[in-house]
This record gives sequence, structure tokens and C-alpha cells, in this order.
Amino acid sequence: MPQLNVNGRMLTHDAEPDTPLLWVLREQLGLTGTKYGCGVAQCGSCTVHIDGAPVRSCVMPAAAVQPSQKIVTIEGLSAQGDHPVQKAWAALDVPQCGFCQSGMIMAAAALLKDKPKPSDADIDAAMTNICRCGTYNRVRAAIKVVAAGGDPRSAGLDIQHIAAGSKA
Amino acid sequence: MNTFEVTRREFLGTAAAAGSLVVGFAVPQGAAAQGAAPEVNAWVVVQPDDRVIIRIARSEMGQGTLTGLAQLVAEELECDWARVTTEYPTPGQNLARNRVWGNFSTGGSRGIRESQDYVRKGGAIARTMLVQAAADEWKVPPAECRVDKGVITHTGTNRRTSYGKVATAAARLTAPTEVTLKDPKDWKLVGKRLARLDTVDKTTGRQVYGMDLKLPGLLNAAIKDCPVFGGKLKSFDETVALKRPGVKKVVRVGDSAVAVVADTWWRARTALDAMPVEWDYGPNAKVSSADFAQVLKAGLDADNAVVGNSNGDVRAALAGAARRIEAVYAYPHQNHATMETMNATAKWTPASGGSPARCEVWTPTQNGEAALAAVGAASGLPLPQCEVYKLHLGGGFGRRGQSDWIRQAVAIAKELPGTPVKLIWSREDDMQHGAYHPITQCKLQAGLDAQGNVTALHMRISGQSILAALFPQNVRDGKDPVVFQGLNNGGGEAMIGYSFPNLLVDHAMRNPHVPPGFWRGVNLNQNTIYLECFIDEIAHATGQDPLALRRKLMAQHPKHLAVLNAVAERAGWGKPAPDVGGQKVYRGLAQTHGFGSYVAACAEVSVDAGGEMKVHRIVAATDCGHAVNPQQIEAQIEGSFAYGLSAALYGECTVKDGAIEQKNFDTYPAMRMQQMPKVESIVMPSGGFWGGVGEPTIAVAAPAVLNAIFAATGKRIRELPLKNHSLKRA
Repeated sequence: MPQLNVNGRMLTHDAEPDTPLLWVLREQLGLTGTKYGCGVAQCGSCTVHIDGAPVRSCVMPAAAVQPSQKIVTIEGLSAQGDHPVQKAWAALDVPQCGFCQSGMIMAAAALLKDKPKPSDADIDAAMTNICRCGTYNRVRAAIKVVAAGGDPRSAGLDIQHIAAGSKA
Repeated sequence: MNTFEVTRREFLGTAAAAGSLVVGFAVPQGAAAQGAAPEVNAWVVVQPDDRVIIRIARSEMGQGTLTGLAQLVAEELECDWARVTTEYPTPGQNLARNRVWGNFSTGGSRGIRESQDYVRKGGAIARTMLVQAAADEWKVPPAECRVDKGVITHTGTNRRTSYGKVATAAARLTAPTEVTLKDPKDWKLVGKRLARLDTVDKTTGRQVYGMDLKLPGLLNAAIKDCPVFGGKLKSFDETVALKRPGVKKVVRVGDSAVAVVADTWWRARTALDAMPVEWDYGPNAKVSSADFAQVLKAGLDADNAVVGNSNGDVRAALAGAARRIEAVYAYPHQNHATMETMNATAKWTPASGGSPARCEVWTPTQNGEAALAAVGAASGLPLPQCEVYKLHLGGGFGRRGQSDWIRQAVAIAKELPGTPVKLIWSREDDMQHGAYHPITQCKLQAGLDAQGNVTALHMRISGQSILAALFPQNVRDGKDPVVFQGLNNGGGEAMIGYSFPNLLVDHAMRNPHVPPGFWRGVNLNQNTIYLECFIDEIAHATGQDPLALRRKLMAQHPKHLAVLNAVAERAGWGKPAPDVGGQKVYRGLAQTHGFGSYVAACAEVSVDAGGEMKVHRIVAATDCGHAVNPQQIEAQIEGSFAYGLSAALYGECTVKDGAIEQKNFDTYPAMRMQQMPKVESIVMPSGGFWGGVGEPTIAVAAPAVLNAIFAATGKRIRELPLKNHSLKRA
């Protein structure tokens, strides 16, 4: 059976070789944090990391990924949801409907690993994901918060975190 | 590294198949599933550990209404916000309890403004009962007790208890019928920039959207519906699909669609794609967008039209005017393009052993009650034998107020009794089977006197009616009142902000075969483009400053004017905008009133010699009366520019041979990060009313930018989208 290295584990599946990685993750491995938005690598909702690089998994045949290549999905980005990008996202209330945000976060994490202090042009070039709710300015602000060391006050949004369901 | 084996069968079968890979089933089951504590009333459950569950009837689709409504309940409840969580009651529970939660429909920016009164009362009633329970226990008058963050104190003796300790006793009390709501000046949670309650799970992948639902034994369905609206399914060769791996069944759905059911969606989809299907395209097989344009154009001068707003005698005033200005505008069909495509999971359980048949649906819907009615109709079962579990929406924008995909899912599930089936539309299905932004054209004629004063305005709208398609019972004497959004004389919902001595706004209804729907902003979108760009045209034609002309015409509309003045002042109207990257920057204005709120925008754009247009900065103001959560209102304002400018720049669904030509984001583009301008939001609630915030700002996005483009280039764009026009200098 084909094997994939996902979030630090070797997992097997029985999908046909031409099945896109997206659908193997979602339907064979139960990792539904990675989203289907277009199926043609336009929207970026399906973005995962393969060996650290952002990849649109909806057009990547599962068989084209070798067991030696490390796939990381949103579920594996951090153990406790506390990757600096996730923390900045929560602090600035970036998501609206949230459907595109797994892909946004994975794209942003890859960008910041590659360029810890990205310029606006770097952000524009790397963050080509579509968000129909229009969270772009908070996405940009959150990336800058991470780049500046993680203090959300630097974004100037003054969001009060006092509820159980949110992280300060 | 450990090696785990998780086969699909294990995963789809019993829960938590292997090791620490978490694949448990979290099956949403509606209210009262979270714990054993009795509800204090319909809106409030208090757990023994003082955790407060607030019930939310409206749907969360990103607009933040879940948090805003919880703030309103918690404000009156006086509970500890840090211990608040929320849950959805189900439409079936609402039906069984005589609609105790009121309307579930979430559209028209109504979530907060139309339920604020009764949800606040729900919180106040629960507080009254909880305090009464403590007072009864202490045998003191409740007036001697005070409450803060869920802790009740008897002021005389300083005895204390908490909501969690008295909740069971409170639940047994009779609810008071009269409660007094707080004066807004005493609000502690409402008006605060509180973080949303639903953010963290959206950053970890844990948020379950409709498409993500896992149920034991779940199968998946892909569907093909006739690409031409009004066409029919002629034939299909199911043997081809049934030979493919994982395929369980091929199902005819209604008279226009066929679905393949398989163990996984990808196998269902690919089998469906391999299966030969023949269509009868029907009477619309040769229709194109150009045909619609001709029909609408004829309506601009038709004798018969329905009046939406009028004063004076426009025809006489135009005939006697010293000068007339005329322009024709047009707005295209557009798809909502929610990031999550339409989907629903349906389970049909046949009658057995005395239990009646049952049909359950899990789906992201903006209208739970309409979804329940659709399940009843599609299953043929009485509503008490049906249920809908609302799942989180990956975008709504009006599309998910309809239930067409739910009826399909039920029809498929009926063919597989006892098995839950999840129907997922592909992006192509979603693009070609939308409920499109209606198309209209508008002819505007202004009459001017010798001094350049506007003496008359006639707006003739020709085009599509949403109500005629979706709620024909609400079209009376040929009038669809929603057509006139933003152009009404009074009413508090969507009022024109100008006064003209002679005004006529009328509508010649022309309905093409493409199904229309409520599309975020609805008819306010194009009406505001028509009026705000035309006001700009009058200003330039008469040599007046666009702000000065508006101020003259808006003297009797102080709230409209206040938001306009706010953006003009913040943007620095009257002083030149600083160059950006060596390009001169130009400004444009727009204002409107819709969904109960007053909004305005000032856009700053540059256009280079090659015609490349860039929106650099937007200043936007909203007066929504009461502002429940300003940071979320700002998020809605920003998002409105992404949605509204995507529409203005790219949004167009064209029809060829009866079918929508655009099938995915490559041909129906949306704005991305690079095109997104800076947005400075001014939230300026003036009190005394409740306006919506999810939609009105969409309407000012396009005209503010179009007016700035005119300032930059002298080119007046009257037909959207902008991608069809060159801004290159001649």
C-alpha cells in the first residue's frame, strides 16, 4: 500500500495513484483541516508543506509524493496550535468564515520561514490565496506581527481577549 | 518514528482507528447536547461549573454575528464573559417549541439588528430568574441582591453564590414577562472590541465545516446538473461508473441531474466524469448574455414601469430643463463564490419497529428553517420527522439562504436507506449552478436649470427581480420593492440621501432564465453605482466639486451627510493626495444607506500610462446606530471592499448557449492580497437605531473607485466589470 509521511508519521492509504494529495489527506487520512476550494491550484485553500515548501495539494497526485518527503498539514503545524503564525492569527482575529485560513496560515508559515522579515512585496508575492470574506489586511498585519517578534499590540487593533474560547 | 496504519475502511468505519491519530467523530446534534444542566430559559444554559452556554439561532458564516449576539445576551445576563460558549439550537427544536428562538434566517445583515431586542430580553429574563433563585434560597427580596460576572451577592449580609449553583432552582421558576433592558450608556460588553468566540479552531484545522463532517458509514456523492438552466437529463450509462473503484450507486436526481455515490468523494467525482451523460438543453439552449442585454435595453424606454419612488413631475421638469444629462449603466450576473462549495449530508432512516421514517440533514445554511422545510418537501415526511443540524459555513454571502443542494442530497440519500450520504458540489458545479447577482441596466436623466442646479432626476431601472424568482408572493401589482434598495423615500431600511425637486425611480421588470439570488449587498450594489457615479457625472458636467454638489443635495439627510463628511475629512478631500511610487493619486466619493446603516467611502487610486489601476487607500465610515463589536464591524467593512472590489474589477458570469461560461477562479477571478487596498474604518454609531454591517459597505466600494478612476483618467466606466475596459491613456 502507498505510504505518505504526514505530520511526522508514516501513514498508508488505498487511494488510486492519481488521486490528488488533498483528497488522500481529507478522505483517507481524516485530516480535514486542509480544504477543497477550487481543485485547480487557484485559491490555495489546500496549501500544505512538502519538505517545508508550500504546495497546492489539490493538483499534486499522491503518488508523486515520495515516502521520504515530509508533508505537514495545518493539524501538524504545531502540537498545541501555538505556532507563532497561529498565535498571531488568533490574537488579531484574522479569520472570518475561516475556510481559507488553513491555507493562508500554511502559506504564511512557509513565507516567514523563508523570509523572517518579509516586505509588503514579499507578502504579496507569497500570499496568493483567495479569501472571499476579505481578511487580507489582517493576514498582512498578522504576518507583520510575527515578523516583529509576536507582540500583537504592534498591529494596533486593540482586540480584547477575555473569553474562554480565545487565546490572549 | 512510529508507523501507523490507517486504512480508509477503518477511518470510515469505527472511530479513532489507529494510535494517536485523532479521527474521532464529532457529530453535531443541536442544543442541549453539551451537558446535563437544565436551561434557565431558551437562550441560556448555566453549567454547575458556572460555564454559560448561550444559544444562537442565526448562522455564523464569518460575519461575527455569533459573537455579537452572545455579547448582547451576556450583557443583560451579567455573566462572566470569560466562561461563555455558544451552541446552535436546531430548526426542529425551534419548530417543536413554537419558534421560541424566532427567525433563523441569516441574511440582509439582519442577524443582530432584528434579534437584538428579544435576545437581550432573553438574557435579562435569565438573570432575573437566577437572582430570584438565590434570593429565594436566602429568603431575601431579590432587589437586595446584586450580580456581577455571574456571582450573586446579598448586599445586606454579603452572602454570595454563583449562577452555576442556583441554575437548577432558577430553571424551575416561572419566567417574568416584563424585564427592563439596560440603558446603552451602562453597557459593559456591548460596544467593546471583544475577540471572537470562534477564532482558535479556525487556526488549527479543528473547525468542522459542512464539507468536513464525519459520520459512521458515510458515503459521498458527486453530482452533475444540466449546465443549461431549464434543461433536463436525457440519459446516462451507469455501467461505466459502476465499474469504477468504490462506486456504490448511480442516482437520477430530479429531472435534470445525476449523481454517483462512492466511498470517497474523489472516487465519486472521477466516476461521474467518466460516465457518458446526455442532456436535453431545453428552450434556453441558444440564449446568450447579449440577448439579455438587448431585452434589458428595451426596458429602459418601455412605456410600462413600476414606480418605486417619486415626487414632483419629472417628465415636465425634464422637458422644461435648460440642460439635460443622460447616461446608461449596466451591472452583470455574478456568482457568490463562497470558498466552501455547496454541500449537505443527508440520512434517510426508514420506518421500523414502530418508529416512523426519519430524514436528517447536516449542512451549512443561512436559513435553518427553510432548510428544514426543504428536507420535509424532498423527503415527503412531515416536519416533526425531519431535522437539520446547522454546520459552520465556509462563507454564505446570500447563496446559502437557498436550499437547492439540500433537496438534491435528500433525494440521493432516499435511495440509500440508513446510510448517510454527503453531497459535495465541485467548484465547477458551484459556478454553473449559482443563484446569481441579478442583472440590471439603468438609464439616468438629470434636468438642470440655467444655474446648473439639479431640478429633476429620473432613474429607470430595467432588469431582473430576485423576488419574482424566489418569493413571487411578495411581488404585488408587479412591484418588487427590493429592486429599489437605497433609492427609497424613508422607511429606515435603504433610503436615498438626496432631495430633488422632481424625482422618479421606476422599474421595468425583465427576467432572463438565469436564476437570481440575494448576493451580499443585493440591489443596493448596482443602485449605488448608478446613482453615485451619475451624481459625479453631474458634478463634472456642471463644474462643481463632487463633495460640494452632494452637500447641497443632502442638506435634508443629515445622517447620510455625516458619514460622507467623515470620510471626506479623514481622507483630506480638497487637498491633493500624495503621490505613490511616482504616480499621481486621485480620489472618488460614494455614500448610501442600506440594511439600516449609513455608509460612505473615499477611494484613492492611481492609473499609470499603461492603464494599470491601483487602489491605494480607502477611508470608510459606518453609522449603524449601535455598534456591538467595533473590531468586528471594521472586519466587515474591510471585507466589504474585498467583496465589492472583486465584483467591480472582475465579477462577471456570462451566458453562452444557455449556460454560465465561467467555471472556476481562473475565469472568475477574485481579488487577492496584492490588489487589496489599505482600509481606514470610521465606526461612528449615533445611537437610537440598529443597522446592519455585513453588506452596506459593499455598495460604496465600486462607485468610490469608479469616481476616482474618472478623476484620474477622464474615463467614465458605466458597465461592469472593469476588466472589460482599457484605462490606457489615448
